[in-house]
Amino acid sequence: MTAQNPPLLMVEDLSIAFGTEEGTARAVEQVSLRVESGQVVGLVGESGSGKSVVSAAILGLLPNTARVTGSVRFQGTELLGRTESQLRELRGNEIAVVFQDALSALNPVLKVGDQLAEAIRVHDRSLTKKQLHERVVELLDLVGISAPEQRAGLYPHEFSGGMRQRVLIAMGIANEPRLLIADEPTTALDVTVQAQILEVLERIRDRTSTSILLITHDLGVLAGLADRVVVMYAGSKVEDGPVEPIFYRTAHPYTRGLLASLPRVDRRTDRTSRLYRIPGQLPNPHSRPEGCVFHPRCPHAQAARCDRERPQPSVVGDGHVAACLRIEEIG
Amino acid sequence: MNPTGTAAPVPGNKPSGRGFLRRFRRHRFAMAGLAIVLVLAFCCYFANIVAPFAQNDQHLLLGATPPSWRHLLGTDQLGRDYLTEILYAGRLSLTIGLSVAVLSTVVGTVLGVIAGYAGRWIGEVVMRITDLFLVVPPLAVLAVALQGLGRSYLIIVLVLAGIGWTVIARVVRGEVLALRERAYVDAALVLGASHLRIVLRHLLPNLAGVAAVSVSVNVATSIILESTLSFLGFGVRPPQSSWGNMLSQASGYVGTPQGYLLYFPGLAILITVLAVSFVGDGLRDAFDPRRKQ
Repeated sequence: MTAQNPPLLMVEDLSIAFGTEEGTARAVEQVSLRVESGQVVGLVGESGSGKSVVSAAILGLLPNTARVTGSVRFQGTELLGRTESQLRELRGNEIAVVFQDALSALNPVLKVGDQLAEAIRVHDRSLTKKQLHERVVELLDLVGISAPEQRAGLYPHEFSGGMRQRVLIAMGIANEPRLLIADEPTTALDVTVQAQILEVLERIRDRTSTSILLITHDLGVLAGLADRVVVMYAGSKVEDGPVEPIFYRTAHPYTRGLLASLPRVDRRTDRTSRLYRIPGQLPNPHSRPEGCVFHPRCPHAQAARCDRERPQPSVVGDGHVAACLRIEEIG
Repeated sequence: MNPTGTAAPVPGNKPSGRGFLRRFRRHRFAMAGLAIVLVLAFCCYFANIVAPFAQNDQHLLLGATPPSWRHLLGTDQLGRDYLTEILYAGRLSLTIGLSVAVLSTVVGTVLGVIAGYAGRWIGEVVMRITDLFLVVPPLAVLAVALQGLGRSYLIIVLVLAGIGWTVIARVVRGEVLALRERAYVDAALVLGASHLRIVLRHLLPNLAGVAAVSVSVNVATSIILESTLSFLGFGVRPPQSSWGNMLSQASGYVGTPQGYLLYFPGLAILITVLAVSFVGDGLRDAFDPRRKQ
């Protein structure tokens, strides 16, 4: 692919607001991000930071009450403002999603194999029953479900949580989409199963040309998997860069806080020391602070500056940007 | 290759492909009910072979006699074999019961799904129309409709179905309102499925249990409603007969030695209604793969 080709997914200045009884809730403000072909991009943030709203916007799943500005381009074509039937062509075929809650995202009365087959048939009606079955078994095998032949005939409730999540991933990649959006795919799982699911995502990255937008609140998940990381806080993008500098040359105070609050086995803690936590709480989307959204919780905040001026993303390294006014001083 | 093989044992040789039948067969009452319905239907529809006497074989001098070996259920006031008459009458009662039940469930389900899934003003309009049908006393409507339209049994079926769909429409709408919020509907949507596809492939299988119960309840209510109508003189008229109008003709014998004329058609209705409800119960359970026993 040459440099002139548009990126697979390009989100520019995306802002999303919802009118509510308490006033306007600005869920997402001026977020830009890009996913190149074959990349895994992590979108990190706390609950309520707007990361799931961004993914809903990409898929055109926002409710009618949302006010959306900016642009979302997929392979160079604008997605915002497309009709339902135009989006339907794309969904599942070019862009697919893996949901968070695997139990409720599977239909309890349909057999797992039939649901997978359904996902394929939505876009490809040319397959015979036999081919369809073979494809289903192949997909289940790819996501690491043993005895796929037999398990295709079982119902979701006969599967464990990790296996259900694998099925969802299989549904996501059924039509070999260009982009797979994984919305907290490991959140509901325990740690060992989490690792297995990440392994599946890794396998998809290595064996197919599918790009992955991995939405998570867990930076640790991204370390081994992502090529790039985008950090969101209170609806704004605070840092964006390749995975290594994000972890080792962290620029933004919020990202530093996030990293510091991860429990680590290689860092000794005695009984008196506690895990770091970022003081304060995520601001209410109805009344975001003036200036930098993070300043009320930021250890480096400077009066009369951080609470007035809105930081713009500034380049701090190769492909690495951070939105902080004091980036030079605190670096 | 991966350690998940241990996550859940694959149920061995269970014939999971035929899960529905297996689950239904486990339901004893439903199996018994199904057997009764089938035997009853067979006897009624093949009454010309099964029945011990010819239809309308009158022996006026014999009159009403109590059950005997020659006439297992006795004879009616015209000296006809009562068993024979009940079997022939069952044709009409069963036909009306089944066709009304299926018709009203289909209509009710379609309207309920539209109301629930489309939502907004379409849903409101459909539900207000449903309310309108619900508040009018059905017997009055039926009586008037049958007076005006004639009383062929087709008309009776249509009129009964025209009243029977309302309850199922409400129930289905409620179910759909809950189902369409499920994550798998969103999941199907982001897989690129059209709304029609979501309704057909995801919602309807979830509604099958409700529909099965509705059919069985409706079989029961429409047989009873038809009986009531016939009893009141608005339904099937002689020489056509149904269990309902047999009851109405025997109504004069309450408290006399010929009371059995009342009991036997009543018993036929009771057995049918019970058996059909058991079948409905079994179907509901069988449609839900999560139900274990």
